[in-house]
Amino acid sequence: MGKKLLLQHDNVPGIDTYEVYRQQGGYASVEKALKMTSDEVVEEVKKSGLRGRGGAGFPTGMKWSFLAKPEGVPRYLVCNADESEPGTFKDRYLMQRHPHLLIEGMITASYALGANTAYIYIRGEYFYIVNILEKAIEEAYTAGWLGDNIQGTGYSLNMYVHPGAGAYICGEETALLESLEGKRGNPRIKPPFPAVKGLYACPTVVNNVETIAAVVPIVNMGGDEYAKIGIGKSTGTKLISASGHIKKPGVYEIELGLPVEEFIYSEEYCGGILNDKKLKAVVPGGSSVPVLPAELSLKTPTGEPRLMSYESLSEGGFISGSMLGSGGFIVMDETTSIVRNLHTFTRFYHHESCGQCSPCREGTGWMEKITHKILDGHGTLADIDLLWDIQRKIEGNTICPLGDAAAWPVAAAIRHFREEFEEYVSNPASIVDVKHYYNIHNLVEA
Amino acid sequence: MAKVTIDGVEIEVPDGTSILQAARMIGPTVAPPAMCFYTNLPSSGGYCRTCMVEVTKGSEKDPRPMPKLVASCRTTVMDGMVVGNRTSDKAIDARKGVVEFLLLNHPLDCPICDQAGECHLQDLSYENGSAKTRTDFERRTFDKIDIGDKIQLHMNRCILCYRCVKVADQLTPERVHGVMNRGDHSEISTYITNAVDNEFSGNMIDVCPVGALTDRTFRFKSRVWFTKPVTAHRDCDKCCGKVVLWYKGDDVLRVTGRKDQWGEVAEFICNTCRFDKKRTDDWVVEGPTNLSRHSVISANHYEKLVVPNELTLNDIKPLNP
Repeated sequence: MGKKLLLQHDNVPGIDTYEVYRQQGGYASVEKALKMTSDEVVEEVKKSGLRGRGGAGFPTGMKWSFLAKPEGVPRYLVCNADESEPGTFKDRYLMQRHPHLLIEGMITASYALGANTAYIYIRGEYFYIVNILEKAIEEAYTAGWLGDNIQGTGYSLNMYVHPGAGAYICGEETALLESLEGKRGNPRIKPPFPAVKGLYACPTVVNNVETIAAVVPIVNMGGDEYAKIGIGKSTGTKLISASGHIKKPGVYEIELGLPVEEFIYSEEYCGGILNDKKLKAVVPGGSSVPVLPAELSLKTPTGEPRLMSYESLSEGGFISGSMLGSGGFIVMDETTSIVRNLHTFTRFYHHESCGQCSPCREGTGWMEKITHKILDGHGTLADIDLLWDIQRKIEGNTICPLGDAAAWPVAAAIRHFREEFEEYVSNPASIVDVKHYYNIHNLVEA
Repeated sequence: MAKVTIDGVEIEVPDGTSILQAARMIGPTVAPPAMCFYTNLPSSGGYCRTCMVEVTKGSEKDPRPMPKLVASCRTTVMDGMVVGNRTSDKAIDARKGVVEFLLLNHPLDCPICDQAGECHLQDLSYENGSAKTRTDFERRTFDKIDIGDKIQLHMNRCILCYRCVKVADQLTPERVHGVMNRGDHSEISTYITNAVDNEFSGNMIDVCPVGALTDRTFRFKSRVWFTKPVTAHRDCDKCCGKVVLWYKGDDVLRVTGRKDQWGEVAEFICNTCRFDKKRTDDWVVEGPTNLSRHSVISANHYEKLVVPNELTLNDIKPLNP
């Protein structure tokens, strides 16, 4: 049984209410942090080795220490709850069931950063969670954990929930800030980075929900103690949203360093492949990260077992590795069509591109059209090469990482499953999915 | 001051200069093309990605190369920076890609486009693009919109450089148009068809790098290369009154701001000067306008290619075709 830090009280009934949460030792980290100086709290987070749980895996303590602290200018903490990555639903689970854990983390983090205003920018589709969070914030105000002069320490903090309007791009931190300011959610051109000029041109830290929640156990147990959990530079625990062809999909908290094989096949976690079919591919970190074929998802290129950690999953670079990303673990069995899967992904990125910079605006649409053409059996071999060339020209040439996110899955699918694309091109008749055809044409299957 | 080397040519520029501006100081041979950046519109640039360059040495203090190509219009120079533009295969390759993306949904209707001949997209694709298209999909189309009685919006040709949005933000009291929708369905629009009506709206036409915003008073009157540009001025109480008159015979067909070598207007003009003063006796004529290297207007006005001393012709990658 792996160690549980975030979901340890998951089975306590009523944990979403203040009274039960407090009984289970909630808000202890705030009490502890308020007795420390803010720099000491940052130091604890640095020592813990916590890395951003939103996808990029940037060390949180370092991000916090980059925050500019000019005199007389307010600072802001913004929680990125715009969880829109296909395959990722861990933040929803956390906020829905443990709203106070997020709020506690927000208070502790805000104190560490010297922020007196904190925002939770939540995805528009999570409208029902807005109510849950607002109720929890209300309870926290009543109990004196928010507002002026928190617990008599003189520290004040106000917290607001801001629902977005359902755009994937608003999960990019600068687009999120634009949206929060009431503008069109377009990513800003960096530099300046949010740590210098963020929300309302003031220094701002943007952190993922899970990152902020992880501050609670770090302060409670101490950074050094937290750093002992996990493996190497991947410290602590991580929420993984497992979906796809597995027996038990859901959100699991794992200790980083768990072997991928154990995660997929053990009874404690995913419980094996649905109907005991063969594993075909794994997308380990949400739709943007490269897909891995079965052999590479269980073993690294050097033959070591692949572990669920930032380092192990990216071993081999993008040639034979992937990324831990946001922890959206999508498992595909042998019946899955990678081409169809890729088409779904390209359609998503086409739909969600903000249209600001040309490679992503035009390239994502183009890639969708080509994958659709191949899927329909009208593709040519040249289309596969064209697809490869397009993704190469998008990657790294855009303002924000959405361009990369759109390019990586295409690159990986072609790199690892080229023969499947060729099969679609050279033998379209064998590929036509009758059921799909019947569905889209509203026909009754004969 | 910062010393920066672009395509092997060293130049010393003030701190805070962008790579693009530094390259322009050296000259057109090393200056990257720019479709969305506009010197006189602060915060413009960064969108079109045509000015991407490779930074092979970050600075004297931190000599590491930058991991990705950078948009030269929005990246400031550091002391000791080494930049590759026309000498960098990576930059040329990426630019070729960007041209392809920009033309992907472009109607290529140059034969009936008023901008043809002074179109930056034409120049860009001629110099950096490939001669063939690799797409056979149907192109995205929009309807033409008349925004007011003076300006027509032809969204099919737009490359979403955001320049006209910046003009409205920075020159006019109130912006009534913007970008609607997202992704490849983004469009410049007034939301509910609305006139863009204010004293400086005509500058949207001048800053538009393509034929998306055209002058309705000039539509289909003449190809630009058949008109003769003449520099003139008048005493205007709203703007600087410094313009270029485009003559055909004795008629002034249109009035525009004065564009520099990079196709940018230094001083914006008002709509009275632009649309209402189309008689020679409204103006004090200064003389024929010097033509820039851009566009076919300068065809047959042979200009010598100036190569900076440190650079030999062999260093420069040939332009297409």
